[in-house]
Amino acid sequence: MPWDRNQMAARAAQELEDGMYVNLGIGIPTLVANYVGDKDITLQSENGMLGMGPFPFEGEEDADLINAGKQTITELSRTSYFDSATSFAMIRGGKIAAAVLGAMEVDEEGDLANWMIPGVLVKGMGGAMDLVAGVGRVIVVMDHTNKHGKSKLLKKCTLPLTGKRVVNRIITNLGVLDVVEGGLKIVEIAEGVTEDEIRAATEANVVN
Amino acid sequence: MKKIYGNAAEALDGLLHDGMFIAAGGFGLCGIPELLLEAIKDAGTQDLTFASNNAGVDDFGIGILLQTKQVKKMISSYVGENAEFMRQYLAEELELEFNPQGTLAERMRAGGAGIPGFYTKTGVGTVIADGKEHKDFNGETYIMEEGIFADLAIVKAWKADDTGNLVFRKTARNFNVPAATCGKICVAEVEEIVPRGSLDPDSIHLPGIYVNRIVQGSHEKRIEQRTTRKTEEA
Repeated sequence: MPWDRNQMAARAAQELEDGMYVNLGIGIPTLVANYVGDKDITLQSENGMLGMGPFPFEGEEDADLINAGKQTITELSRTSYFDSATSFAMIRGGKIAAAVLGAMEVDEEGDLANWMIPGVLVKGMGGAMDLVAGVGRVIVVMDHTNKHGKSKLLKKCTLPLTGKRVVNRIITNLGVLDVVEGGLKIVEIAEGVTEDEIRAATEANVVN
Repeated sequence: MKKIYGNAAEALDGLLHDGMFIAAGGFGLCGIPELLLEAIKDAGTQDLTFASNNAGVDDFGIGILLQTKQVKKMISSYVGENAEFMRQYLAEELELEFNPQGTLAERMRAGGAGIPGFYTKTGVGTVIADGKEHKDFNGETYIMEEGIFADLAIVKAWKADDTGNLVFRKTARNFNVPAATCGKICVAEVEEIVPRGSLDPDSIHLPGIYVNRIVQGSHEKRIEQRTTRKTEEA
C-alpha cells in the first residue's frame, strides 16, 4: 500500500531533528507539525514569526495573528515576531535548517517547479523562491505521479522553475528518494510497494 | 513638528498625485493600512503603482482601488485571493511585476537604507532572473535586484506616540516596517495614539524618524481564513 497524506507527513517529520528551526509549506507539509512528537522543533512562518502554535479555539481568533497561508493561528511561550525583511534575512542567510514543501515537478538535478502553470491563473511565488534558495535543506513532499498517472519526478522540469538544483530529498506516496550525482537514489520504499513500481513511476534517472 | 492628523484624508492632504508610486504594508489582510487606502479611493488618484505583497480581496484592502480602476501596476509576490485583479490582469488593464516575497521585502529595506541595488541567490535560474545582472561570489551565482524608492509609504501600526514612534502587534508587523522606510514620506494609521513617554524606548519597532504623519482610527481588521480547533481537542 502506498503511503497516504498522513503517513507521508509522518515520514517527513522523521527528517526533522531536535533543535531545528523549520519552515513548513501549505498542504501535506502543514500536517508534518502533527508528527514531530517530543522533538524540540521551532516552526517559522515567513510573514514574521518563529514559534508558530496550533489553530486557536473558536472565539479566540486574532486578526493580527496569522500564518503564511493567512490562517488564524496561536503563539507559544517561545514565540518571537519580526518584520518581513528580517524574516527573509534569516531564510536567505541560511539560519532556517529545513523547508518542507509541496511540488508540481522535481527533476533529477534537483530543480523544483511549484509556483506556476503557464496558461492557468498565476497567483505568484510568495516566499517559495526565497525559501528554496536559502534554507539548509529542501524536502519535497508530493504524490509520485499526477492525476493523469504521469511521473512528477522528471529528467527535466517542464514548468517554470521555483529554484535550480535546490531539492535534497523527495518524499512521495511510494517512498523516499535523494537527489544525488547522476540522478535520484531510492533510500526507502513504502511498505507493500516494490522497487520496480517506484522505478516504473519515476521518469528521472534512478541511480543505484 | 505636529505629526498627528484628524482623519485619513487630512493625513494624505497634499501628498497624492496621479501616476505616483506607493509602498504599502500588510500581509494578506493582516496589518494593512485600510483607512488610508479608503481615503486614496475617495481622493480618486489615478494610475497608481503599488509595491505591496498582496492586492487585498475584491472589497477590502487594495482591492477597493482595483474596483475603481485607480491602479496601473502592482509589484507583489502573491495575488491569488482577488478575482477582480485577475480579470483586469488577463484583460491587460493592469500591469503586474512578480517579486519573490523576500526580494520584495529586501528591495523596500534597501531603498529605505539608501542602497540602490543588492545581490541575492533568490530566483537564480528562474524567470525572475531574466534580464538581470548575474555575478558570482565565492563560486555561487547571484542576481542583482534594485532598491525601492517610493513617493509615499502607507502603513498600519498598533500604537504610536505623538513623535511617530511605532509599535506593531504580532504578525501585523510584516511588511509595514520595510515599507515605511522606503517612502519619501510615510503616513501611518494606528489603533491608538499614546502620550509621549508611555512607550518603552527599548521596545519601539520603528523609530519616529521614519514616520511623518499619524492618524488614529477604528479598524475593521478583517480575517481572511478563520481556522480554529474544537475545544474538546484540548
